[in-house]
Amino acid sequence: MSMQRFVRLSVITALLILTALPAVAQADDVLTVYSGRNESLIGPILAQFTEDSGIAIEVLYGGTSAVANQILTEGENSPADVFIAQDGGALGALAAADMLHKLPSATLERVIDRAFVSPDGFWAGLSGRARVLVYNPESLEALGLELPESILDLTDERWRGQVGWAPTNASFVANVTAMRVLLGEEETAEWLAGMIANSVQAYPKNTPIVQAVIDGEVAVGLVNHYYLFRFLAEDPNISATLHFFPGGDLGSLINVAGTAILNTTDQPFVALELVNYLLSDTAQEYFAQTTYEYPLVATVEPSVALPALADIEAPDIDLSDLDDLQGTLEMIEESGALD
Amino acid sequence: MQISSLIPPGFRLNGRRQRRTARWHIGNRQLVQSLSLGVVALVMIPVVYLFAGAVGAGQEGVDYLLRARTLIIIGNSIALMLATTFFATLIALPFAWLTSRSDLPARKILLVLGLAAMVIPSYLTAVTYTEAFGPKGILQSLLEPLGVDRLPGIKGFAGATLTITFVTFPYIVLPVRAALLHSDRSLEEAGQSLGLSRWQVFRQITLPQLRPALSAGMLMTALYSLSDFGAVAVMHFNAFTRAIFIQTESFRMDKASVLGLVLIVMTLVLLFLQSRLRHGGRHYRIGTGASRELTTMALGRWKYPALFFCGAVIFVGVAIPLLVLFKWLFGHTLTNPIQVSLSELISNTVGVSAVSAAVASLAAFPLALLAIRSASRFDRWLVNLAYAGNVLPGIVIALALVFYATQHMLSLYQTLPLLIMGYAIRYLPFSIGATESAFAQINPRFEEAARSLGLTSRAALLRITVPLARGGILAGLALVFLNVMKELPTTLILRPIGFRTFATRIWSAYDEAFLSSIALPGLVLIAVSALALAVILRREKAAQ
Repeated sequence: MSMQRFVRLSVITALLILTALPAVAQADDVLTVYSGRNESLIGPILAQFTEDSGIAIEVLYGGTSAVANQILTEGENSPADVFIAQDGGALGALAAADMLHKLPSATLERVIDRAFVSPDGFWAGLSGRARVLVYNPESLEALGLELPESILDLTDERWRGQVGWAPTNASFVANVTAMRVLLGEEETAEWLAGMIANSVQAYPKNTPIVQAVIDGEVAVGLVNHYYLFRFLAEDPNISATLHFFPGGDLGSLINVAGTAILNTTDQPFVALELVNYLLSDTAQEYFAQTTYEYPLVATVEPSVALPALADIEAPDIDLSDLDDLQGTLEMIEESGALD
Repeated sequence: MQISSLIPPGFRLNGRRQRRTARWHIGNRQLVQSLSLGVVALVMIPVVYLFAGAVGAGQEGVDYLLRARTLIIIGNSIALMLATTFFATLIALPFAWLTSRSDLPARKILLVLGLAAMVIPSYLTAVTYTEAFGPKGILQSLLEPLGVDRLPGIKGFAGATLTITFVTFPYIVLPVRAALLHSDRSLEEAGQSLGLSRWQVFRQITLPQLRPALSAGMLMTALYSLSDFGAVAVMHFNAFTRAIFIQTESFRMDKASVLGLVLIVMTLVLLFLQSRLRHGGRHYRIGTGASRELTTMALGRWKYPALFFCGAVIFVGVAIPLLVLFKWLFGHTLTNPIQVSLSELISNTVGVSAVSAAVASLAAFPLALLAIRSASRFDRWLVNLAYAGNVLPGIVIALALVFYATQHMLSLYQTLPLLIMGYAIRYLPFSIGATESAFAQINPRFEEAARSLGLTSRAALLRITVPLARGGILAGLALVFLNVMKELPTTLILRPIGFRTFATRIWSAYDEAFLSSIALPGLVLIAVSALALAVILRREKAAQ
């Protein structure tokens, strides 16, 4: 091939690709999902939905707070039809910004407890999760440490450098928001500062924290309850266990992963099909057995490995009060936790 | 082996421009100029939007800039830049000398193995270092019998410095080695015959001759450390790029723009300082000189320390990342429930890299023509502006393009064309530089002869000059290809929904600690990159 033809060919190819691709990307019958949940947790059941319903979806994955902010920035131009969050607060923030469709009562009533849906019907919880302290018994023994009574005790000197957290993770952010609601701004900021002063170790997400606890890199970590079970499923002999803070402590917050339909969607009924599917027995069974979360419908039982949801001594808080996402993100940033 | 094309060209802000000896015919000048203008307009989009974003932040932006935390970020970036440049030079200088001027055994092989560090993306090197040197990492388990229960860990400044040092030292080895091979040996011989010791010869004669090459390599390292995202993100070191990424990810565009603008200003200041500090002396020879065969210096009893040094550099820079990846590949790690076929990753990554390289080469064509054939001040400025990618870190380009697309070009938002545009702007300088230097080596008489034989000027250009310049153009193409494949932040921010590449797959696997999902894509990515590098090297050798 002569150079001239080569150049001409590559021009034509490049132009073709450039013009054809956006058309492909914006095919209209595809449902666009923005997911703040990790692909490893929600991806398989979304793929199952496509298989069962024949409805094609494309999914943007990111952190829940980041994705919520992205939808807020895109505003009415957002390509998203459905939002899946790993925390009720982010859903509340979008509801407060008037960006969500109301869900039909038949959908909302699937959820066992009114505490796990939006009071105004803007979002529905999909699965329940508890905040816990994952710990390595061997590390604790070697360090001569006893399990703390409260999450607030982790600022104590004896925990120096032994605690892992994921400061940008939405479940952690929601936990801090709950602190702001129950303890006030000042005390929450003090706790964050105390943790940082105590050399808390930062990780990108929950799974690396659990890995670090297993490896003995840190003795304890602030995570959601279900991550450990994925490790246990592959190796039952690992040295790590869960500790539920007792007595309604803030460290035992129960939150939900939930979903909502954007009011900018041009296919609300298809979107609703997905939402209903995620509340169906098939999907709830998946959450219970595969991701070890608490199912939120009456017809599906949680995995036997878990304490009953009602037995967890969780703090008394309304999930829809956790909607000041931005305020918490700013407080975390100001604290220096991201540095 | 001359590997000049690996050194990203176009550091023209500090370089002396060669004077054009012959004014070439430029063909349809207006067409070339307007094409160039179009390309430059696209290149300028990020800069304009970054300014708009930063200015739009107003007083809030100024407050954000001046608060203590932002100033710490600036300090962090400067400290990282100084430390990596220092350590990379410390490693690269002896490494280059030993592998080119000494009688070190197997020095060619050692050289190639050392250079291989540059095909490993910084984020992969960083991830493997956290495993190797972590509190309970591989090094700790080796030291366990000695009673070392726990290491302090390397996250933060130390880890970021270590990673970037070993990723960038080849960028200093390459120019220094080239200079060592081409320096005038007779000067050193004269020094020796006048009674200088070996060390005095090196310090007083060899080193000064190396200065231009050394400063070019150090500049590359400094620029790399300012613009790198992967290493600082993995190491949790709050340099500029990580801070910008955190803000961009949360769509806090005003703050991100302020940070991005400061980063650009810092880069410009660096280039300015470098051009100021340039040694003013003369490093070339006036006469033909004695261009005899280079003799190598006998190392004598220093042979084993020298071998140990080179081996250690290769071990840390290349062997550790590979060993850790293989450990994860075969070891017992958490299974990722999301399986992605390797062929999808390969076709996406290779496809988008190839198209981006083609786009960059085509866009570079008119600009390279202008650069080599036009003396007008306006054209000169056009070419200089097209080199903007040299001072725009990938994360800044991505940020500005998101800003631009969400505000004014929604149909481009989350599409491949925008991603490709981001890559092309970033690496356009590589293409222009390669094409320009290829054109520069062609005798204008060939084209003149063709025209005098009746070809139109366009036909003469396409049928005579372009085929002759093919090698250089392809080298530029391969260079852009290699860099796009490894690119992380632009890919993360601009990729279309559901579009996976090696970089995004590795990144999300790292995020969720799916170590085996890092290993396979990581190793394949390194293999493909090494292949691209080998193609460039072979072409270089053949061209000689």
